[in-house]
Amino acid sequence: MDPMATAESYVLAIGTKKGLWLATSQDRKDWSLSGPHFLMSEVPSIAIDTRDDRTRILVGVRSEHWGPTVFHSDDLGGSWTEPENGAITFPDGTDAALERIWQIYPDAGSRPGVVWAGCEPISVWKSTDGGEHFELNRGLWDHPHRSEWGAGYGGAAAHSIVVDPTGEKVHVAMSTGGVYRSLDGGASWEPRNKGISAYFMPDPNPEFGQCVHKIAADAAVDGRLYAQNHHGVYRSDDDAESWESIAEGLPADFGFVMLTHPRRAGTAWVVPLKADGERIPPEGKLAVHRTDDAGASWKRLDAGLPEAEYNAVLRDAASVDGAEPAGVYFGTRGGSVYASADEGEHFTEVASHLPDVLCVRAAVVSTALLPAQA
Amino acid sequence: MNSGDAMPADSVISVVLPSVLQPLAGGQSILTAPAEAAVTVEWVLDTVTGGYPALSRRLRDETGSVRRYVNIYVNGNEIRRLQGLVTAVAPGQEVLIIQSVAGG
Repeated sequence: MDPMATAESYVLAIGTKKGLWLATSQDRKDWSLSGPHFLMSEVPSIAIDTRDDRTRILVGVRSEHWGPTVFHSDDLGGSWTEPENGAITFPDGTDAALERIWQIYPDAGSRPGVVWAGCEPISVWKSTDGGEHFELNRGLWDHPHRSEWGAGYGGAAAHSIVVDPTGEKVHVAMSTGGVYRSLDGGASWEPRNKGISAYFMPDPNPEFGQCVHKIAADAAVDGRLYAQNHHGVYRSDDDAESWESIAEGLPADFGFVMLTHPRRAGTAWVVPLKADGERIPPEGKLAVHRTDDAGASWKRLDAGLPEAEYNAVLRDAASVDGAEPAGVYFGTRGGSVYASADEGEHFTEVASHLPDVLCVRAAVVSTALLPAQA
Repeated sequence: MNSGDAMPADSVISVVLPSVLQPLAGGQSILTAPAEAAVTVEWVLDTVTGGYPALSRRLRDETGSVRRYVNIYVNGNEIRRLQGLVTAVAPGQEVLIIQSVAGG
């Protein structure tokens, strides 16, 4: 037996409208589910940070009554810690209050303590201590466009953060404001939306204001990004200087998800939804679509998925792991969660009848970290 | 200050916590603030949550506003119907914190 096969296991964290569930597996087919953690609080953001010889799960939790906060666990959910003074709190003088943590993004392995967060109201934050304390990015907070940014249906938030290996190029996507880019590690920001349609605005090609739903970086091609927009699927090959449509071949250009492969160039996944007014899988038939040629063509993947499914998949309710082949995971607003151990070719159901799935994240971890029964 | 401190009842203001928040106050159900004269609800909250920052964040956001679904009662009246955080509380009175009945 391959010793690595027994040394590694998989963790899938499922954030829902009413709590967090954790699933573990040794083969990505049979899953053991535990939870809920944080029952009756929504969990819209999760990161599983495996850098620095530690597996830390960070979760953005929001109670309707008691507000938002960040917890972390270094023992796969056995215990949770909330920094005494809060990990993310708006500083004096901003006259703002944290509404929701939409994104928690561990930086590159070469910067093991750095974790970014995207929040509502639209803001980007950076931690250098593994996500225990974050500092507000003032360049974006004080941006002159701020008064013109709007709110999507889910709120006004920075929901996607992509940092290049150097740490200097940072892309942020916000609803609704579009894509903004920093070339100085986050000190200053400029909109980069050329080629992305904002058909719902008087000027359909504005400098900013696009309703981007998710962006992700190509794993191996420097400067290449993918974006799923409010109608429109795009690729940029020049660090977002310009975008071109890659929607041809998809059953719909609407959706929320954009995933990229952890290592391979040109591979990305989307989960199309029919249209603005009908936010369901086209014809009620749920499918993931994968490109292996940077959007030139798409392959429909639905093996193992239900015959009929009318629930949407939200922007962070999908994830990949770092294994080979890559695992693909997603959850629906109907509370079903699916996993694929072969890059989407076949799916198995991990859980069903959970509350609305808001976020999933998966990682390869040492089997020794799992509870004894696993 | 906590409920274990022995002070005359008419020289303290008691803040009664719902059970869900008590773990954030060291397991206490009642926190007390010493008061010789009438003070504001804001002062009482600042005083009793000063040592419990996580509890403080559950009740009020960074701007100091009481969270939307947190209800605070003085003498049976919700402070939004009185003078909000500047509602006066007299020594011997009780401040009751109750989560609103909301959600689905």
